[in-house]
This record gives sequence, C-alpha cells and structure tokens, in this order.
Amino acid sequence: MHRRLVFILPILVLIALIGFFWRGLYLNPTLVTSPLIGKPVPDFSLPRLHDPQQAFNQSRLKGQVSLVNVWATWCVACREEQRTLLHFSKQNIVPIYGLDYKDDRQSALRWLTERGNPYTAIAFDATGNVAINWGVYGAPETFLIDQHGIIRYKYIGPITTEVIQRELLPRIRALRREGT
Amino acid sequence: MKPWVRVLVLGCMLLLVSRLAFAIDSEPPFTDPVLEHRYEHLLQEIRCLQCMDENIANSDAPLAADFRRQIHAMVGEGESDAQIKRYMVQRYGDFVLYKPPLQANTWFLWGGPFLLLLVALVVVTLVIRRRSRLADQEQSSR
Repeated sequence: MHRRLVFILPILVLIALIGFFWRGLYLNPTLVTSPLIGKPVPDFSLPRLHDPQQAFNQSRLKGQVSLVNVWATWCVACREEQRTLLHFSKQNIVPIYGLDYKDDRQSALRWLTERGNPYTAIAFDATGNVAINWGVYGAPETFLIDQHGIIRYKYIGPITTEVIQRELLPRIRALRREGT
Repeated sequence: MKPWVRVLVLGCMLLLVSRLAFAIDSEPPFTDPVLEHRYEHLLQEIRCLQCMDENIANSDAPLAADFRRQIHAMVGEGESDAQIKRYMVQRYGDFVLYKPPLQANTWFLWGGPFLLLLVALVVVTLVIRRRSRLADQEQSSR
C-alpha cells in the first residue's frame, strides 16, 4: 500500500500540473476582467469632441442600452474596428458613444470626416484621466451599458462583425428583454 | 577609435538617454520627503497593465505615466496608501497590484510553497526512518 502510494502520488501531482498548464495555455494574460462590470458608470464630465463648449456626462448614458467605445487616431487597431462600427451604426440598433482617448482634437476630427463617423456623440478625454476612472488600459475597448447606466459587459480589443454577432447582440437583446 | 570602443561609448550614451526618458514626467517631486518616499514606494507596487510585467516606476508606457500622474495627484491630496491602492483595485482589479494581496482566492499562491515544504519534510522523515529501520534489521540479523 505504502509503496504503491509512492508511485501513484507523483503521477497524480503531474496530472494536476498538466491540467494547470493546459488551462494556462489558453488564458490570455493581456485580458484583465474589469471589476466595474455590474457597477454604475463612473461619474465624469468631458467636453464634446465636435463642440468643446458642450459637456458629455454620465447622465447621457441612462435611459437606453448603449455602447461606449474607447478609441483614438493613434490606435492602429481602431482603424479596422472603425469600419465595422460604421457598418453597425447604420443598422441603428444601439447608440454608440465614443470616448476619444488621449488624442489630438484636429486629427480626430479629420479622421472622422475622412473615414465616416459611427458615433452618436463623442467625449474628448485629452488627459486620459476619465479613462483611468473607467479602468481603461488601452484602446480599443468597448463597454456595454444598460438602461440604468450600469456597465454590463466590456470587450477588450477591436470589435469585429463576429464579436458583434457572438458577444454584443445577444447581450443587447437580453438587456432589452430585461428592461421591458 | 577602435570599433569595440565605439560600441561601448554608444552603449553608454544609450543607457544615459534611457535613464533620462523615465524622468520626463511633468510633475515636480514632492518637497516633503515623506510624501516623495510614499509616492516612490507606491510606484513600485502598481502594475503597468499595458506592459504587464513591469511596475509603473520602471515603465515608460504612456499608461504608466498616466498612472503616475494619478497617484501623484492623490498623494498630494492627502490620500493614504491604502486608499490609493483601493482606488486602483476598484478600477483595474487585484492584478494591478504587483504583490497579490492575501485573501480567499490567493491563499494557495501564498501558502503553496509552505505546503509543499511540509509534504517534502514528511516524505524525507518517512524515508529516513525506514532506512534506519532497515539498517538496524540488517545489523541485528548479522
């Protein structure tokens, strides 16, 4: 009995380790789950990109399901994403709000004129302070906000048609059902 | 100049420049050495999420600079170390702390090495006991 245990124990330990490492292979360490999911959007007030005199704040994000997309002209992945968002915005399913992150106002305005504007409204965060408050650590990132202004989901990385189909649309539909 | 001397000089110059690159934060150092020390210490303990395996004291990523600015402001406003860390954890999760906190989901991380040591000690004790028993038997049978 004793002797058999000496043989079996290392094998069990090895199997457990293989299990851990196997799982580790498929974890992406660059994806950090946001602790803000399930919490109300943080209070903020930012100037609008197109009209700095006008303010954009959290009250805008209440009353309907919406997306908040963190983007910037310096963000390479945002270029590809922008095309997808443009297509998605034309379907008028949810308003997409933009958070222009640590950007240059002129470049941002030029980018939107040249490539098209998928956003219902854009807040301009020049310093990145509001982004820190939202737990943003890169661009692009996209938040799904429910009718009560609560963050329900966050997607890190560029939105693709597949992400919209697989991750966003089912959640948007579920939130709508929940809301009615 | 010999080629290797040139490489050496270039290397030293690059090193010098890279040190300067970390010093371009716009915030002036605290005049109060206690605050400055706390600030420096906090920078060691917060992770730069853009670069993952660097703390924000050593990272030149733009996000690390933003984190430093945020923490500098909070230290200046008189917030405690615990408050500042809580602020970061509430937004970015435990992973933002370079040293994971001891809590329910990390006990194995902290206790694991001691647990393994305990197992090893038990095994070694058992083996030694058996060996000495065998040796005794051998002697008495002779």
